Amino acid sequence: MTAEAAALHGAVEPAETPVTPESWGKLGMWIFLAGDAVGFGTLLAAYGAMRATSADWPNPYDVLGINLTAAMTFLLICSSVTMVKALEWLGKGDRITCRLYLLATALGGAIFVGLQGYEWSKLIHEGLLISGMHGHALELAKGHGAALFGASFFIVTGFHGLHVTGGVIYLLSIIRYVTNRPDPAASYNAVEIVGLYWHFVDLVWIMVFTFMYLL
Amino acid sequence: MTAATAAAGHKHPDYMRIFWALAILTVVELAVVFAPIPKLVIAAALVVLAVWKAALVAMYFMHLRFETKTLGWIAVTPLAIATLLVFLLLPDGLAVDHKTSREKPAAEAPAKK
Repeated sequence: MTAEAAALHGAVEPAETPVTPESWGKLGMWIFLAGDAVGFGTLLAAYGAMRATSADWPNPYDVLGINLTAAMTFLLICSSVTMVKALEWLGKGDRITCRLYLLATALGGAIFVGLQGYEWSKLIHEGLLISGMHGHALELAKGHGAALFGASFFIVTGFHGLHVTGGVIYLLSIIRYVTNRPDPAASYNAVEIVGLYWHFVDLVWIMVFTFMYLL
Repeated sequence: MTAATAAAGHKHPDYMRIFWALAILTVVELAVVFAPIPKLVIAAALVVLAVWKAALVAMYFMHLRFETKTLGWIAVTPLAIATLLVFLLLPDGLAVDHKTSREKPAAEAPAKK
């Protein structure tokens, strides 16, 4: 490569910058996640404001139950561990183990979404709807049937569930990405970046679990 | 840069220790919910525990502790915005007379008898 070509190449994509020594992709993902965090933050803040101004807000865990959700929280934490293991093994040059861990992570996410579907259908069956609370759900709430409770619950957990669903698809596509690149170093950044997304989804769930189920 | 240098660049933390910390903190959260202590203390404890867990995930799983300052500033930005948002919404939450009071129907109930 001539010096001129090298300079041109450098102008398009400098290999190293003070902003992000490792990759532009990581910087991009962090900026995206910061924006996404504001989205979730706004939803949770709106939830808090609605709850604070309502006099008949139920105790969330009376209506929702927390045993299943605690298990789901644990599952998501476990999937974060398999995610870091995937990156660790890729760093050691073992693509096969890396892909197995990525697959385990995706599977954890898929089970999480499945359990959420089960939880939702159970709650809807009990009478917790976007439009308000009816039947058994209202009994569980001890009569505190704020109409917005169901709406805010489904919107926040649904928004998070969509993120998990997207994450599973993203993970599967990264497994393919790793498969297609014989050099482990070539896919290290991509795996690290999908990891950032996945841990963020876990982090958001920690917040959602606390603010929507426990508090 | 190769994967090897990337791995050397981050000192990989002991991920299993973080995992156990997160698992234990989750159990503590569940214990706190049903603890016989005032509601306000429960709420404060839950918020502290949640922020603690989130910080562990961001610092170690997302490697923020080992990253450049720039990424740290990006991560802190939403926290600043969220804090601002809480203060913006606080007047709404404190305006008790806006509440759809349950006292009214409760007061009507004895009248019906």
